[in-house]
Amino acid sequence: MKARVTVTLKSGVLDPQGKAIEGALKSLGVEGVNSVRQGKVFDIELDAADEAAARAALEKACEKLLANTVIENYKIDLV
Amino acid sequence: MRAAVVVFPGSNRDGDVSRALRQVGAEVVTVWHAQDALPAGTDLAVLPGGFSYGDYLRCGAIAARAPAMDAVRAHAARGGLVLGICNGFQILCESGLLPGVLMRNAQLRFICRRQHLRVERADTAFTRAYAKGQAIDVCIAHGEGNYFADPQTIARLEGDGRVAFRYADASGELTPEANSNGSINAIAGIYSEKLNVLGMMPHPENLIDPLIGGVDGRGLFESLARAA
Repeated sequence: MKARVTVTLKSGVLDPQGKAIEGALKSLGVEGVNSVRQGKVFDIELDAADEAAARAALEKACEKLLANTVIENYKIDLV
Repeated sequence: MRAAVVVFPGSNRDGDVSRALRQVGAEVVTVWHAQDALPAGTDLAVLPGGFSYGDYLRCGAIAARAPAMDAVRAHAARGGLVLGICNGFQILCESGLLPGVLMRNAQLRFICRRQHLRVERADTAFTRAYAKGQAIDVCIAHGEGNYFADPQTIARLEGDGRVAFRYADASGELTPEANSNGSINAIAGIYSEKLNVLGMMPHPENLIDPLIGGVDGRGLFESLARAA
């Protein structure tokens, strides 16, 4: 099974990297950019009996390691 | 005092902190991250600075899940002393031994310079050799030292007197220039609830010898030697 986990900063958490990217896009002349927030994507291949088991394993992965839930949210997509 | 310095792949300040500990008479043992126990009779566990696991994923995230950290957690639960400096502070936050997180510096720059800290309290195992409100001259060297926690956590830390050090100027005043990484309330170090775990971004172990430019960091290690 394949999954994509997306980890993003919670709203309200300052994202200086996103701000720097936003500034760079503006200076490159990319029009219409209002704001940029950056995050991480994990493409994971795993063996699981079914979708529920895969989700359970990925939840555990996110809670234990992939995301720091003090500042980050995560989203699991099975693909 | 028996100190166990835990070394992870990518730790690089273990030698300096060991030297600082030996200077105050401590017996220092190095513990490899894959070991699941600290040596018997350990009074103080130290997580040194560096770049454990190359700062992959998040600073300290992978080191926080190492077998040696279970031993450090058990040591802390027994009331044992734990000191995390720089990357060690990041590991303590990632391991859940201390609340909050160290984010990328507000100006996105790695900051490496001399920095004064204000000692917030002088009645803990880590700070008895200092005076409350004293400005000590140490060093900072980090790219991710911007302390962040939710407002409830900050209120609890402040209310319980768990802020150990704040970034300050040479007279102990808190100024925006002194808080160069953007930490909430200029927080440079915090204690656990029972005050036996200290995490701090600055490096007291850099300033223990007049030859290197100062000895203000020595007080922390002298305090620990007295406590243990």
